[in-house]
This record gives sequence, structure tokens and C-alpha cells, in this order.
Amino acid sequence: MIYTKDLSKTYNGTTVLNIEELSIPKGQSFGLVGNNGAGKTTYFSLLLDLIKPSTGRITNNDVAVDASEDWKPFTSAFIDESFLIGYLTPEEYFYFIGDLRGQNKADVDALTSKFEDFFNGEIIGKKKYLRDLSKGNQKKAGIVAALIGNPEVIILDEPFANLDPTTQIRLKQILKDLAEKQGVTVMVSSHDLMHVTDVCERIVVLEKGNIVKDLETNPTTLKELEAHFASNLETSEEE
Amino acid sequence: MIKHFLNLEWKQYFRSSYWQKSIALNILLVLLGLYFVVMFLGLGFGLLFILKKALPDKDPFVVANSFMFFWFLGDLMMRFFLQKLPVMSVKPLLTLPIKRSTIVHFVLGKSALNFFNFLPLFAVIPFSIMLIRDGYAASAILPWMFAVIIVVLIINFLNFIIEAFSAEKDLSFLPLIIVAGTLFGLDYFNVLPMKSLVGDSLVAISNNPVYILIPLLLLAIFYMYNFKILKDKLFLDSSLKSKVTEVKAADLSWTKRFGDIAPFMQLDLKLIWRNKRTKSMTMLLFIGLLYGLFFYPQPMYRDMEFMFAFIGVFSTGFFLINFGQFIPAWDSGYYKMLMSQNIKYEQYLRSKFILMVMSVVILFVLGIPYVYFGWKILIAHFAAAIYNIGVNSHVILYGGSFNRKKIDLDKKAAFNYQGTGAVQWIIGFPLMLLPMGLFGLVNWLVGFEAAVALLIIMGVTGIVFHKKLMSFITKKYLDSKYKMINAFSQDN
Repeated sequence: MIYTKDLSKTYNGTTVLNIEELSIPKGQSFGLVGNNGAGKTTYFSLLLDLIKPSTGRITNNDVAVDASEDWKPFTSAFIDESFLIGYLTPEEYFYFIGDLRGQNKADVDALTSKFEDFFNGEIIGKKKYLRDLSKGNQKKAGIVAALIGNPEVIILDEPFANLDPTTQIRLKQILKDLAEKQGVTVMVSSHDLMHVTDVCERIVVLEKGNIVKDLETNPTTLKELEAHFASNLETSEEE
Repeated sequence: MIKHFLNLEWKQYFRSSYWQKSIALNILLVLLGLYFVVMFLGLGFGLLFILKKALPDKDPFVVANSFMFFWFLGDLMMRFFLQKLPVMSVKPLLTLPIKRSTIVHFVLGKSALNFFNFLPLFAVIPFSIMLIRDGYAASAILPWMFAVIIVVLIINFLNFIIEAFSAEKDLSFLPLIIVAGTLFGLDYFNVLPMKSLVGDSLVAISNNPVYILIPLLLLAIFYMYNFKILKDKLFLDSSLKSKVTEVKAADLSWTKRFGDIAPFMQLDLKLIWRNKRTKSMTMLLFIGLLYGLFFYPQPMYRDMEFMFAFIGVFSTGFFLINFGQFIPAWDSGYYKMLMSQNIKYEQYLRSKFILMVMSVVILFVLGIPYVYFGWKILIAHFAAAIYNIGVNSHVILYGGSFNRKKIDLDKKAAFNYQGTGAVQWIIGFPLMLLPMGLFGLVNWLVGFEAAVALLIIMGVTGIVFHKKLMSFITKKYLDSKYKMINAFSQDN
């Protein structure tokens, strides 16, 4: 589904991302972990054609993302709050996104009604603007908006951050269902190793822009990841 | 502490993407400033001769003072539109061990160094020198000079008080109009002869320098009042936790008839109606609409036909210029999202275009009563409206592709009242002056009908080539997509 080849991004001589080859099949739930500055958000931004690659390219369902816009109808994302329109209510925002994705009001209502317990009664029908919601509720609205219009690829940057524990658990279930039952390619990044290992079938570790580990998730993956990041700690202490 | 602040200011100014990308605009501002300096210098040196020649039997010093009231009033009006309280991002400073009062003193002190406070010096000092050379006692003129400088500073701080009030109103011009109107009205209707009051006071100060304490006291009061306003604002909850507003939803289903651009039109209308900054811009429409009333009632202007074109473009294109020049920055807050969505750029821009065209039509229709002052005015306004639709709308959309300055709709920084200044008006000049120049030239060379025809032909040409122009403009936007995303995700 998503194929990355010889991709690199350089800012003023500093390479922040360098991926030789990465292939993500359809329906895989894919997790990206790494410390700050490892290149996670850079990779997602490249995937959404928000920044220009220095070399190489990403193809999404055989569409080169920096050459054509045909990947947009089946791809959706929530990267940060700047994806929200502050002066709309959550409903209006969902309808707006729905309009852009060819969904009428009834379709959108049908979808959002499935997330009633995820919203915990704090989003729909509150007559509040998105800008007046708390960070966590903004995130919930953004994540659900990314599910509108049956996308085949969903990209979520740090979806678990700012959410309360109950919502985190619900979100994990939602993401698992998407990949397993609906064949959606779900891509998430996170700093929480436990959540990622719970949700993702495959986990890639980025370090300073390079892929250093590519793991199929199994019961020992969490241990392995923890060992990996702990060893970073030791080596940096030795330096 | 002040040293740190100055350092921060310096970095904020020169490291902002805005500065780096609009050097041309900065040069233009400097040239404009120099122009005013020269004008004021000329006034300062020449005023004495002018007054002596025009009114030989009166004391030029007294005559000059009698006009000071109007100068001060004009100064206040100018400042309201062009001078904003210096912006400082205070949030990061609040948790640091800095006294709140230090921050406020710094911001207010910085405002005293504004260009507007130095400009009068270029007129006042030469005028004083000329007076002393002419035989006036230096001991009388020097206190007068200082008194004027103090009054200039009083106006400086008075302006911020007015702006503080206007920031809380939807009709942001109301406080200014009330203050300036009251002062002017008191004088005009002889309730309180402000003109001679100000003049006599200044003369009194020059006769008895002790009176200078009165303006000094006033200055202190205005400063302290500003200090109080700002210090009250300097809490996180006033800037962070804005009051939660109940949603006012309007039925916008009529936009459906515009087909595929309907979602964007609904978004734009909500954008305009639900944000303070855009809302006060809409209120400006009335000022733009009534602009002609400043000119047309006076027979002098009714013979200057080239003014018709200017006022026509201005009053029918007021929304177009004010809204259009910030495309696509209005959407800068969520530009990344729009760019990753399944949208056609052309639809996005066409929605803005239709909105601007609608505003021109509405403003023209509302301006039809101007026919009272002569049918020529109506015809000229019609031509100007066509020109706005066909030419200016495309030009301003094209100009938008160079837009790199983010507009923060949600948050209002504690010291940021309106977020715009002199620059906004400069951009509008060519859009209005070019048609006026063309109109005036053809009107003078050929005649009124030809001049009207020229504007209409130019406008219609633009409308005919609308599709072509739009695809060209769309391409420009696509080309600068990455640059815009990058600039809009920066804070300054």
C-alpha cells in the first residue's frame, strides 16, 4: 500500500530522515516509535506531502504523493491541533470534512454515533466551538474526523498523548478493529511503547532519521523495545 | 532586565519569517517615513513665513497655537489606525521571576519610542528655532516646545486607552469616533471652545513655565491608567481562558446553489462571522460605504471627476481589499489540514472569489443613493464595481500566493489588539490609485464616457478571462504550497 524508496529530508545540510526502503502492506497496523527528533513527524508530513522530500519519494497505493493528488481521497490524517478549525463546532467540522470526502450529513451522523462512548458525551451537542474544548477533547474530535469517509489509510501522530486512560483504551480497540476487520492501513506514532505494542502488528524504530529496528509484534516485543531504549540511555551516559 | 527584553525584541523582529520575506515592504515603509520627515521639516522651517505672509497683522505664534487642537485631533485619528501597542509575547515570561510591573513598564516605554512620537519633533523643533531667531524669548519658546512634546506623548497613551476599549467592542471604531467626535463637537458647536482653549493653554505655558506641570500631570495620569489596564490583562486566565461563547448557528443552506464550492463558502462565512478580527473588519464596511459622504457633499469634489473612480473603487471594493489581501492567511491556522484533504485548490479559491464579487455587488447596490449627488457618480461607481470584479479581485487573489504571514484567529495575545498596522493600508493603494489614475487621464484627454468605458472594458476583460486567470492563480498557489505551509506553521 505504502512504499517508500530512498527517501531523505535534509534541512540546511542536516539529514533528519533517511529511509532506504520501507514497504507497508494494505491492512497492516503500523507503529512508529523513536525519541524526539527521530523523524516520526517528518515522515508523516512527507507522507501527506506537507513538506518536500530532498531525495526519493513515497508512493501511496501506486500514487507518488509529491507528484499527484490522487492519494487524497483514500487517505486521512490527524497530526496535531492545527488540523482543526477552531471557530467551528465539532459537528460542523465533521460535516465540513464529510463534504470534502463526499459524505452527506446522514453518513457523517451514522459514523459519529458509533463513537458516542469514545466521546464520553463531551463533544456532540455541546454547542461549543472546537477552540473552546480541552486539548484531550480536541484530539478526540480530530481523530474521529480522520475516520470520516472510509479512508483506506489513516495516519495519526501521537494519538494517545493528552487522552485520559479510559479513552486511550477505547482508542486502542478502535484502531485494532480498523486494521483487522476493515482492512484499513493504520499508521500511528507514539512514545508509549505499551500502547504501540498493543495496537500494532509491526513496529519500526527510528533513530536520528534512520530505521534501526523493524519488528513483527509478538509477546516479547515490548521487552525488546524497552531494552533498546534503555540501552540508548546507557550509551549516552557512557559518552 | 530591560537588557534581556531588548535582546528578545531584537531577535523576535529579525528572526521572524515576515521580516525576512518582505524586505521590499519594509523599504517602502522607510521611504514613506522619510517622506513624512521631510514634509514636517519643511513645515517646521516654513510655517513662520507662511503665517507672516498670510496674516501679517497677527502674532504668528498665537495663530499657530490656535490650530494646535486640530493637529492633536488629527494625530489621534492617525495613530488609531496606524499605531498599535507594541506586541510582546508575555506568556513565557509570566512564570519567570520577573515583576509584572517591569513587563508593563517596558511595553509602555517602548511605545514612547514610536515613530509617531518623533515625527512632530521634526516640525516643532525647527519652528521653535525659527521663532527664537525671529526675536521671541527662548525662555518662552522652550517651555512651549516641551509642552507640545508632552502633549504628543499624552496622545500616544490616550490612543492606547481608546484601543483598549475598542478591542472589547465589535464596533471597534466606536470609541475613537466618540472621543474625537466629542472633542470636535465641543469646539464646533461652541459648547467648549477647545480650539482656543488648547491654544491659550499653550500660550499660557510659554508665558508662565510653571503651568507645564499640568500637562506633565496629565501625562502621568494617562500613563498610570494604561499601566493599570495592562497589568490587569497580564494574567494567564485573561488571555488563555477566554470566555466560552455559545454557538450562534445560522442557516447557510442557501449556499448549496453554488454547488461544489458550497462547503468552502459556508466555512468562509462562519470564519467572518465567528472571529473577532474578521467581524470588526465587516463592521468597517459601513465606513467604506459612507466614505463618499466625506467628499460628495462638497461642490469642490463634485467637479473633480477622477475622484469618482477612486471613491467608487474604494467604497465598492472595501471588503474585497480588506478580506482579499489576507487570503489564504485567514485559513493559516488549519492550512496543513486543508492541504492534506481531498480538495481542489481551484474550488477553494473560487469560493473566496465569489464572496468578494458578492460583496462588490452588495456594496454597489447599497451605494446607489449616491445618485443624489449626480448621475455621473453612479455611472462611475458602476464602472468601478466592474473593475473591482474583473481586475482587482484577480490581482488580490494572485497577491495572496505571496502571503506568508500567519493570522491567529483564535488566540488574542495579551497585547495584540488588532494585529494590523500601516502595512495593510499600503497594499490597498495601487488597487485604488491605478484605476483612479487611468480614469483621470482618459477623462482629461478624451472625456467622461471614454473613461467610464475604459474601466468597464478592463473589468469585462478580466471577467471574460476569469477561467484562464484562475487556473494561472491556482498554479501559483500550488507552486508555493510548501513555503506557505512552512510559514503558516511558524508563530511569527
